[in-house]
Amino acid sequence: MTRWLPILAPMLIATASPPAAHWANTQLPDARQEAQAKALMETLRCLVCQGQSIADSDADMAADMRALVRERIAGGERPDQIRAWLVERYGDYVSYDPSFSALTAPLWLAPILLLVLGIVVARLSFRRKRR
Amino acid sequence: MKRWLIWLPFLLFAGILWLVASEMLSPEERVVRSRLIDKPVPTFALDGIVPGKPGVSSTDFGSGEPRLLNVFASWCVPCIAEAPQLMALKRAGVRIDAIAIRDRPDAVRRFLARNGDPYATIGDDRTSRVQLSLGSSGVPETFLIDGRGRIVRQHIGDIRADEVADLVAAVRAAR
Repeated sequence: MTRWLPILAPMLIATASPPAAHWANTQLPDARQEAQAKALMETLRCLVCQGQSIADSDADMAADMRALVRERIAGGERPDQIRAWLVERYGDYVSYDPSFSALTAPLWLAPILLLVLGIVVARLSFRRKRR
Repeated sequence: MKRWLIWLPFLLFAGILWLVASEMLSPEERVVRSRLIDKPVPTFALDGIVPGKPGVSSTDFGSGEPRLLNVFASWCVPCIAEAPQLMALKRAGVRIDAIAIRDRPDAVRRFLARNGDPYATIGDDRTSRVQLSLGSSGVPETFLIDGRGRIVRQHIGDIRADEVADLVAAVRAAR
């Protein structure tokens, strides 16, 4: 038995867990709400697979998070409220759309800064060439 | 001035290389911690999953007695490894409430028969709703909730034998 455990364990896990929540893999009847939910799901991180959004992931937990998003959208909540609810529990990590804060400021400002720096360097070097 | 400047790109490169190399050698912690530490338990109410054992609700907490809230599942292999430690905690007088994630009554009953039953209550969290509201991202996880109903500590992964004494002390301190 112990020899087969590594092979059997994933099968046991696969068969033992009950079917996914209804709204995990079913679209909302209202197309506009479904579009909202889908857009939000694409910017929420799957917490167990890390590196995939919950829209892309096959993990059970991602399915439960999709069901949560759809139920709340159907219940009339705005996508940013749902995102805030999750960020409150898991931190900014759960969101692929980081808000602007002291911590994330370099992330947002660095590209602009580098672009400005590039323009300055380009102008200086072109000016030198013209002379 | 100019002579010194010529080293600047190299220094920048070395700096970035050092940053990347140091991050690769000591990778960031891969677990996702709950942000609800030092905050009250979020409101929830779950029905029981096995007959004869009540469900869990957030109103159960905050009655002066510190408790552990164990997030587990019968399909979770590390939960089996954790079971003897939970039994030891129960023997030490710690009250353990539980939430069964994505589970079935018969599977939970079999799990408890095989691994022991340290739980005072077990809530049925079929769609992980309460797990998500706790900021928990896997099984097993254990929350220590103090006598005022605040989450004091989150233990991620199975509790090891050498962590039991520390946890008992933490529960006693959370009165």
